[in-house]
Amino acid sequence: MLLAVNNINVYYGAIHAIKGISFQVDEGEVVTLIGANGAGKTTTLDTVAGLLRSKTGEISFQGQRIDHLPAHTIVKRGLALVPEGRRVFAQMTVEENLEMGAFTRDKGDVAPALERVYELFPRLKERRRQVAGTLSGGEQQMLAMGRSLMSAPRLMMLDEPSMGLAPILVEQVFDIIASLHKAGTTILLVEQNAQMALSIADRAYVLENGQITLSGTGEELSRSEQVRKAYLGG
Amino acid sequence: MSFLNFVISGISLGSIYAIIALGYTMVYGIAKMLNFAHGDVIMVGAYVCFFAVSKYNLPPLVGVLLAVVICTLLGMTIEKLAYKPLRSATSLAVLITAIGVSYFLQNAALLLWTSNPKIFPSFFKRAGADATQAVNGVSLFGGQLRISYVTVVTIAVCLVIMVALTLFTSRTKMGKAMRACSEDKDAARLMGINVDSTISLTFAIGSGLAAIAGVLLCSAYPTLVPTTGSMPGIKAFTAAVFGGIGSIPGALLGGILLGVIEIFAKAYISTQMSDAVVFAVLIIVLLVKPAGLLGRKIHEKV
Repeated sequence: MLLAVNNINVYYGAIHAIKGISFQVDEGEVVTLIGANGAGKTTTLDTVAGLLRSKTGEISFQGQRIDHLPAHTIVKRGLALVPEGRRVFAQMTVEENLEMGAFTRDKGDVAPALERVYELFPRLKERRRQVAGTLSGGEQQMLAMGRSLMSAPRLMMLDEPSMGLAPILVEQVFDIIASLHKAGTTILLVEQNAQMALSIADRAYVLENGQITLSGTGEELSRSEQVRKAYLGG
Repeated sequence: MSFLNFVISGISLGSIYAIIALGYTMVYGIAKMLNFAHGDVIMVGAYVCFFAVSKYNLPPLVGVLLAVVICTLLGMTIEKLAYKPLRSATSLAVLITAIGVSYFLQNAALLLWTSNPKIFPSFFKRAGADATQAVNGVSLFGGQLRISYVTVVTIAVCLVIMVALTLFTSRTKMGKAMRACSEDKDAARLMGINVDSTISLTFAIGSGLAAIAGVLLCSAYPTLVPTTGSMPGIKAFTAAVFGGIGSIPGALLGGILLGVIEIFAKAYISTQMSDAVVFAVLIIVLLVKPAGLLGRKIHEKV
């Protein structure tokens, strides 16, 4: 088991956002968390990444507990998060953004990683000297994903990568996720676009009001009456 | 020729403001707080250098280095003890704390070194032609244009610092990490950047520069008292806002402009009114460009 999340509870002040969630991700899987806005999907990923703290339970990555580690030490273990809303460094160039993605890596590993990312996203190579804030939404999503790949993650968590993108770009983003997976990266994906997410997922969890209400393989869930009604438009 | 003289002294004074403004602007850029104790770090730097040179007879360069080291440590300590615990507090709480730290430093200096003015030694002179007279500057155009060594050194030091900092933030890994932190701390954490130590480094750099500014300031205006740093601190803060707070070139531009305006106001309007003129110009600039001269309004793409 690559990632094991066991009974976490997360609060924003008095608001109980995550109520005892447990799930796991195995090596080589694509796992997705689907759910409505405000169900706790982003909170869950932010907690795994160390940006938020759980009051209870434990989170283990590669068999070691990471729930008390500061966020900046978690990336080095091979767990990267592409945050919601991209969060690229808007005033830095594309290449500087990518270099930041490789912050924890040795100097000699940066250039090959950069090559690999440019190969995957030729668009970014064209715009390497451009300031990231001037990129289109789709390009910024590519950059956010590329930046996270620079750390050579074993598990890549993606938070709403399709948000605000035109349908053709959404497909492109999902193609890239599929190809990353094929190349050996384990994926934990959070999406509101449940249909797309379930189509590439090995397993899925449904999150409602901070609790997991349903889980199964991607196929099972896309056939489930409950999921169809709530998330797939009937 | 007096016009040119005023311009040069304005640039020189402005260079000191610029070096101090850098500390404000870098700390603001990354920690989003106004470190009002910054001006008092200048004063501490000047005292350290004064005692090293005048009391312990150390060479001036050693005195300056000592001041830089002590101020760097002081800046990091202030950040750790006073500001770090307030990382998630309201900005008002941080501001009040900063003012408290400022008074603490001034009063500590008063206790340690009393309010009796110390006369800062003059480093920048050399033996004159007849060996009895000290020459502290160069004369050009048959004595019409006089430039003191302090002026030359101040402007040169300011330029070196600017170039060094620009290279640091644009070329080095830590410099880029600093820019990343100033844009988005959580995103920086996700990259593996230790935001706390980056903030600490920023305070270290700003405070080290404050020590240099303190030595330059007291070389030009040698009366050293515990409140020496407060007015230049406020002026430099103004300069940082003037140029666009958070921007390194803005600090340079704002500092130099402020220095030149101040000297011109003193020369052509009135000495007493000079500060009023300086702040009036600031108000006008902020009315026209609220983000300062080089301040950027960030357009975010959704």
